[in-house]
Amino acid sequence: MVEIPSGSAGAIPAAEVEDVELYHPGSWWTKYVFSQDAKIIAVQYSMTAISIGLVALVLSWLMRLQLAFPGYFAFIDADHYYQFITMHGMIMVIYLLTALFLGGFGNYLIPLMVGARDMVFPYANMLSYWIYLLAVLILVAGFFAPGGPTGAGWTLYPPQSVLSGTPGGKDWGILLMLSSLIVFIIGFTMGGLNYVVTVLQGRARGMTLMRMPLTVWGIFTATVMALLAFPALFVACVMMLFDRVLGTSFFMPAIVEMGTQLQHGGGSPILFQHLFWFFGHPEVYIVALPAFGIVSDLISTHARKNIFGYRMMVWAIVIIGALSFVVWAHHMYVSGMNPAFGFFFATTTLIIAVPTAIKVYNWVLTLWRGDIHLTLPMLFALAFIVTFVNGGLTGLFLGNVVVDVPLSDTMFVVAHFHMVMGVAPILVIFGAIYHWYPKVTGRMLNDVLGHIHFWITFLGAYAIFFPMHYLGLLGVPRRYFEMGETAFVPPSAHTLNIFITVMALLVGAGQMVFLFNLVWSLFRGREAGGNPWRATTLEWQTPQTPPAHGNWGKDLPVVYRWAYDYSVPGAAEDFIPQNVPASDGVTREVSA
Amino acid sequence: MAVVLILVLIVVGSVLFHVLSPWWWTPIASNWTYIDSTLVITFWITGIVFVAVVSFMAYCVFRFRHKPGNQAAYEPENRRLEWLLASGTAVGVAAMLAPGLVVWNQFITVPDDAVPVEVVSQQWLWNFRLPGADGKLGRAETRDVSAENPLGLNKNDASGLDDVIIEGGELHLPVGKPVRILLRSVDVLHDFYVPEFRAKMDMIPGMITYFWFTPTRTGSFEILCAELCGVGHPQMRGTVVVDEDADYQTWLGQQQTFTQLTASSGEPPRPAN
Repeated sequence: MVEIPSGSAGAIPAAEVEDVELYHPGSWWTKYVFSQDAKIIAVQYSMTAISIGLVALVLSWLMRLQLAFPGYFAFIDADHYYQFITMHGMIMVIYLLTALFLGGFGNYLIPLMVGARDMVFPYANMLSYWIYLLAVLILVAGFFAPGGPTGAGWTLYPPQSVLSGTPGGKDWGILLMLSSLIVFIIGFTMGGLNYVVTVLQGRARGMTLMRMPLTVWGIFTATVMALLAFPALFVACVMMLFDRVLGTSFFMPAIVEMGTQLQHGGGSPILFQHLFWFFGHPEVYIVALPAFGIVSDLISTHARKNIFGYRMMVWAIVIIGALSFVVWAHHMYVSGMNPAFGFFFATTTLIIAVPTAIKVYNWVLTLWRGDIHLTLPMLFALAFIVTFVNGGLTGLFLGNVVVDVPLSDTMFVVAHFHMVMGVAPILVIFGAIYHWYPKVTGRMLNDVLGHIHFWITFLGAYAIFFPMHYLGLLGVPRRYFEMGETAFVPPSAHTLNIFITVMALLVGAGQMVFLFNLVWSLFRGREAGGNPWRATTLEWQTPQTPPAHGNWGKDLPVVYRWAYDYSVPGAAEDFIPQNVPASDGVTREVSA
Repeated sequence: MAVVLILVLIVVGSVLFHVLSPWWWTPIASNWTYIDSTLVITFWITGIVFVAVVSFMAYCVFRFRHKPGNQAAYEPENRRLEWLLASGTAVGVAAMLAPGLVVWNQFITVPDDAVPVEVVSQQWLWNFRLPGADGKLGRAETRDVSAENPLGLNKNDASGLDDVIIEGGELHLPVGKPVRILLRSVDVLHDFYVPEFRAKMDMIPGMITYFWFTPTRTGSFEILCAELCGVGHPQMRGTVVVDEDADYQTWLGQQQTFTQLTASSGEPPRPAN
């Protein structure tokens, strides 16, 4: 007998505290602008993140144009190129992916999925968004500052990031970038503490941890990780600001800059790299774990089948989260750190492949013997698996220290991380938006436009990044403004670059279809009803759609079963919502 | 059905692309063929997994796509299958990691007879230093860098006076002799990268980093910088020429030592005591 977290197991505990009356907004401003409702904050986060993401998209077009047609566009000089790649990278990783998954999906889904009325600290939650917006504005200010934004690469490695050979190094660029990150982290901490406390303390009666949907597990674990990892980036930013502004030497050894002896001495550039990647590697999973969680729920719902191996999935999320704190130096195999570290970090890095592979197996085994509805969320989930498996497997090249040596700092790395933490999570974001848009707005997104968007995005992105690996294998380095005449790079590689650029322009243009769909469906979309996907989780069981402030009306929901009672034998329907008492559904003992 | 077809096409297309692609690594010119072998092992293992997972997915979509009257199976867990898959994965991972670590051990263990060769980088060019007749490189520091002494050699260290200095030129190495490449930077991070040698390593101001290899064929190879070092990063190029020993000795004889260099720039070096 295996205890299955479903059905009748366990009695429902009595309420420990009275239901507390929420603060209710008195005006339009406090309802829609300075709102304390997590659902409004979620939409604010999402819209800001998508807007700044569009800036990153345009920047990627510009850099791809330069790579395909070097010298053709006079306004893209080397300075601009490095500013474009830096801003593109930082926006995508921090201001789009982190903010959208945690601030956007986290805010919308956590209270609804665990059966709470709102986040536990609504005021701090509101502040979190406005501080995030401030961080975005500081970041954007870089484009208008004298000297432009920093062009140090998103990794901001000193000493070059604060010296004159790098755009923005001696101007405003690097100062604005560091300030923006510091502000972002402050804002995130307010939101992050909220998400963690809400999951731990705000769950409805009966919602045990092992009954939570994997979406909540993914976002929760990612938030805990972010709260532990962002401080490393925070101190690194503060120290670099001191080096740049006050003349300290945390990261600055003795340096001769363009023939001039600088007044620094004794600092360690590699210390910054350790701090950066102690944040930077967990950051990969801060983006990936919410995607893992969400995609599990998309697959389960649209295949009408319980997620396979739920408990293993939960433990895999937790183990990946913990292990991701001891793998950071795999970004630094050729950084000049003591090479003996390579043994340790290669081993931990390859070990993390095991729980990750388990997740992949369980997704495809959920499809096995399912009743697969090829809805848009399901299509995006399938596309996620393809790109994630691809990107995850190339990670085994780069994680295996000696194989990393020839590939490090080449286009192989660029292709790998775009596939695994760019394309794959963004496909989940799209799938999730097609899935939850009906709950947020009460209307369905248009299906035809959705299919056009899906095929362009999935096939286009694969065509961009799959061939790019082979440029890296050939030896083409990353972060080259132009390749120039290089003996080992054949002309055919340039043809491939043009192909990749054309695909990138196409995929970018395809996103306009999506944006149009978001706006058009808001007014013209088909009415969705409360539970269009016939899903089990609590957010689909709200009395109103879109849910009102307070989410649940008079009475909080009570949870009687896990989140995955799909196609239970003997049940009248192929799903049983989590708040349906055991006697109303089917009570079963499952043996395995 | 379109979905199934496209998933299959992705599998077939990716494999064909891999096989037919004209973009592959450059012909190797160092002893690190083991690195290439480990890479090939990794390609095989990961390729098989990719084909298996995506094909299985395509099969599931084909076989279990929704038709009226279908019902999904109810199977929350299957402990045996889950452990089987986990252990299988662990074996595959070990098969990649074990040879990788063995080769890494060779990569970081410099043979005793390796000749030291120093590469000193600055924005945005390469300088080199070879030991003189005494076979030793003298001490050098960023603090001592000046227009006359671009590599920052310590003038009080006698073992440095006969060091051969090559500014912004090309480096020659004798074929078949192991070299220990010592890397130093006077300004920002750089990375000494010659694709044909398979090895690369960052150069960090304030530290000396290293790697070693044995050139295995003669020829001229391009040096690239592989760590972003400012706007001149892509233009930071140099050349390594691997020579037969006789040609190498001829070339070496034409280079200037530190003493000759400082003498020609007017300031006589004074050896310690």
